[in-house]
Amino acid sequence: MDLTSISPTLLIASLMVAATPILLAALGELVVEKAGVLNLGVEGMMIIGAAIGFIAAVEIGSVWLGFAAAALGGAVMALLFGVLTQLLLSNQVATGLALTLFGLGLASLLGQGYVGIKVDALPRLDMGPLSDLPFVGRVLFGHDPMVYVSLALVAATWAFLRFTRAGLILRAVGESHDAAHALGYHVVRVRLLAIAFGGACAGLGGAYLSLVRVPQWTEGMTAGAGWIALALVVFASWKPARVLVGAYLFGGITVLQLNLQTAGATIPVELLSAAPYLVTILVLVLISRRGRRGGDAPADLGRAFHASS
Amino acid sequence: MRLTNLLAGALTLGLAGAAFAQDEPTKVGFVYVGPIGDGGWTFQHNEGRLALEEEFGDRVETIYQESVPEGADAERVITQMALQGADIIFTTSFGYMDATNNVAEKFPNVMFEHATGYKRDHPNVSTYDARFYEGRAVIGTIAGHMTETNKIGYIASFPIPEVIQGINSSYMHAAKVNPDVEMVVTWVYTWFDPAKEADAARAMIDQGVDVILQHTDSTAPQAAAAEANENGGRVFTFGQASDMAAFKPVPRIASIIDDWSPYYIKRVGALMDGTYEQTASWGGMPEGEVVIGEITDAVPAEVKAEAEAMIAAITAGEYHPFTGPIMKQDGTVFLAEGEVATDGQLATMDFYVQGIEGEIPN
Repeated sequence: MDLTSISPTLLIASLMVAATPILLAALGELVVEKAGVLNLGVEGMMIIGAAIGFIAAVEIGSVWLGFAAAALGGAVMALLFGVLTQLLLSNQVATGLALTLFGLGLASLLGQGYVGIKVDALPRLDMGPLSDLPFVGRVLFGHDPMVYVSLALVAATWAFLRFTRAGLILRAVGESHDAAHALGYHVVRVRLLAIAFGGACAGLGGAYLSLVRVPQWTEGMTAGAGWIALALVVFASWKPARVLVGAYLFGGITVLQLNLQTAGATIPVELLSAAPYLVTILVLVLISRRGRRGGDAPADLGRAFHASS
Repeated sequence: MRLTNLLAGALTLGLAGAAFAQDEPTKVGFVYVGPIGDGGWTFQHNEGRLALEEEFGDRVETIYQESVPEGADAERVITQMALQGADIIFTTSFGYMDATNNVAEKFPNVMFEHATGYKRDHPNVSTYDARFYEGRAVIGTIAGHMTETNKIGYIASFPIPEVIQGINSSYMHAAKVNPDVEMVVTWVYTWFDPAKEADAARAMIDQGVDVILQHTDSTAPQAAAAEANENGGRVFTFGQASDMAAFKPVPRIASIIDDWSPYYIKRVGALMDGTYEQTASWGGMPEGEVVIGEITDAVPAEVKAEAEAMIAAITAGEYHPFTGPIMKQDGTVFLAEGEVATDGQLATMDFYVQGIEGEIPN
């Protein structure tokens, strides 16, 4: 076994790439769930983002517009869910699952003519001398811009939920929609906005897969990433910083285990393959244990609201 | 993922059509492990299905279900197809083995054909496979010549005999032309997960692997190699299952193509004219089931000629990739000088040949 063949610099760089799609999707779902809505359609919105992002990037020739289109596509998908669950009061679990099925099918249809086409990859950010610094340069300043966007989004979400009035209203809607309604807040509007934001984030995460991480369009390419993101939100007990830790742990150990195998580490492969799931769950559960127990989930999560009730 | 497939299965169950009368066209069912658009394994099986429709026209009706997980869901999907009136059902992944045999017991009048497996518990179950190791011998030879770092990577899916044959065959033939070559095997435990396949390819490239063979179904490793080449790398890949021609001339320098249409046409034809019998088919280059795709100009002419000579020899039946002397990894003798592996030995292969480092997970 030759572990020196694993370069820590390259490992951290690819770790961040591997983690970004689930980070974006989980962050969006966190906001949705904070508003009291359970949208199980993350996988569907992600794959739509992956398809639309790729198609837009190919047709328009701009990766950035690809990301914009992906966010828009994800948001439209999410609003479909929003209209059904918030205005027509359909069951959130069933509608979310249907959204995933619909998304997978629609994405395959849209992507029919785009299999095997190449797209210009997002160039790594070049911060001049900073990016040339040994180790630190590549790790801190040498990523594609979307990695920084995702990190900024984590900080922004955290600050929004914690410090702003709008964030407080959103949390109030999630904890007790009746109380929020009694105070005169428009519960359905707040939830629709949150759902749209969640869809946009999932769309961005999907587009990151098809435009940066893989980068190409393949049917079914999310391969369950949306479900990982969903689970991550729960294990991170609805806290943005923990979602970040969880996503980087998951992405990191996924990449690390592949690197260890390639380097010929004498650890059973079965254990290595299971490690990302085991370690992420273990760490997040341990973190959550320190806080108060059981009170993390928004109280009205998944409950339908109608002003008459 | 599982939940959605479960739901999809439930949906098809609910929407099942009425039973068909006997004089209807022969109904052929296909169960796919990935989406048709994977550009690899499932894509090729679907090409075989389309070839069936072209060959028999109105006399066949084909149905299929994509992305069926290997496990309990598979049994439901196969049962559903049998209930829908399929006369013959092709289950196209190793992991459907037990499900296929379980369902076959309940439907003795429906014929079942399981790809790459070895269990034929009931008279209505046949198995079919292709000798991919013949193709691996050819691309292993090319890989041995093309590598400069002497590190060849193999993205392996599951530790089953078919994959182990592929690893051994490609390593032996790479080592034959380049004794310094080292084989790096990474198990990803999936047939289809583009992101993970790309990550595995990237991990290999980061560690100095410059020729990548894949035993997974998507084109993601090709894309990862193309990206590395754009950033000044020198990485070569081979198309797997399908030609993956979009990545020509580099990184994809050749490919192993699975052509299932001759077999599908033969079997469905036999079922129609009443000559159908249970078989364990294992076709290769001579039968046209394993085809090497275009070897691009990135490969030097003499290497290309060597590869083509090997294709000709295998097709003519003059050369078997597993011809002794071959040692197992632990140094014991697998095949003596001049001895050729039997199909039984190949179908149960569970060891690396001498020279490959690491252990096979079990």
